[in-house]
Amino acid sequence: MSAIVVEARKLSKRYKDVLALDSVDLKFEENRIYGLLGRNGAGKSTLMSILTSQAFPTSGEALVFGGSAYENDAVLSRMCFIRESQKYPDDFKPKHAFKSAALFYRNWDQDFADRLAAEFRLPVDRRIKKLSRGQLSAVGVIIGLASRAEVTFFDEPYLGLDAVARQLFYDHLVADYARHPRTIVLSSHLIDEVSMLLEHVVVIDGGRIIIDDDAENIRGSAVVVSGTAELVDGFLAGRTVLHRETLGSLASVTMEGVFSAQERREAQELGLGLSPVSLQHLIVRKTMGDAEWSAKPAEKPVDEAMEVPR
Amino acid sequence: MGMIDDSRPIFVQIAELIENDIVDGTLAEEAQVPSTNEFAAFHRINPATAAKGVNVLVDSGILYKRRGIGMFVATGARAKLVARRTEQFFEQYVRPLTVEARKLGISPQELGGMIARAAGAAEKEAVQ
Repeated sequence: MSAIVVEARKLSKRYKDVLALDSVDLKFEENRIYGLLGRNGAGKSTLMSILTSQAFPTSGEALVFGGSAYENDAVLSRMCFIRESQKYPDDFKPKHAFKSAALFYRNWDQDFADRLAAEFRLPVDRRIKKLSRGQLSAVGVIIGLASRAEVTFFDEPYLGLDAVARQLFYDHLVADYARHPRTIVLSSHLIDEVSMLLEHVVVIDGGRIIIDDDAENIRGSAVVVSGTAELVDGFLAGRTVLHRETLGSLASVTMEGVFSAQERREAQELGLGLSPVSLQHLIVRKTMGDAEWSAKPAEKPVDEAMEVPR
Repeated sequence: MGMIDDSRPIFVQIAELIENDIVDGTLAEEAQVPSTNEFAAFHRINPATAAKGVNVLVDSGILYKRRGIGMFVATGARAKLVARRTEQFFEQYVRPLTVEARKLGISPQELGGMIARAAGAAEKEAVQ
């Protein structure tokens, strides 16, 4: 068990009649990459803001390195929070933002920041006000990486970044983390893009933590069983079903759990199809019920119908 | 090298990829294998996960560690892997084949003929 660097104890946040966080208990250990995943409005940003003392909880406690980060320079200089819409002074240019970061973060690597700026093709001498949305995000990403803070929070840092720039970010994150291990908390709704970078996954939905587990434990923890509805339902009797879809007499059912070798053989002999479930797919199934996953309309039921053997 | 997907534990897939390279001779015995950070960067996966995959092979004696230098393929690793895979061959390949053959009404004799033909073709290819 590694040291715990960030901890939430019974954290709740209420905005008028909306309970944005509902008694959240959470621990982040040192030198691991965490994914904070969930739908838009699930409470990801609220949680990060409170953990970094940018906002106050209605009740409960947020601890970083065992203390409160609020107006605590000893804690703040070891922690970096890159938010979706960071504000800068009006006449600031990226080079000024980097200069401030260099003063504030003791592990700041200026060479690394310069290299990243070149790779992201960031005009460091242009006023931040005049930058595009993607360039503004690049400023945050560069500060988050080059600060090498012991705890770094990235709150959906990729807004406006194109696919190439996002890949650059992920590649540098993995490579730099390997050389300089630290705790990274990455919030995202682009689960497929980040899932393989994560060691641990926290899924938040409606202000509550619904999954808090190692990514490797979650992978392979569900199966899609498909075939004629009667056979599928018979085979799955007594199992936990996350989702069920039908097409005529065929059914495609997402089941939580793992089959033994014997059960796999039985399924095979019944002519049932078994297919694995990706991390994203599983999280979608667990967080949406039958509603839409707001950020990912790409999930078409047609894909599943096609998995059904003819 | 193959692709990693997100529907099975990644450390298992990393271990399988290294095993494949040993079985087909891409990684010779006593050859050095890439570091976990190289695996992580190449496959864009978490370094701790890559390390777990490599450690599975260290624990089973397929790889061994030389302090300060890196990870190497153990002598005898290939024979060990071939023996294990031969055991799994029946469940993984032969059984699904017979299930599908029955579905299509292919008799065991016909299936045997097909296998002999495919094996003959594969042999010819290997010779060339």
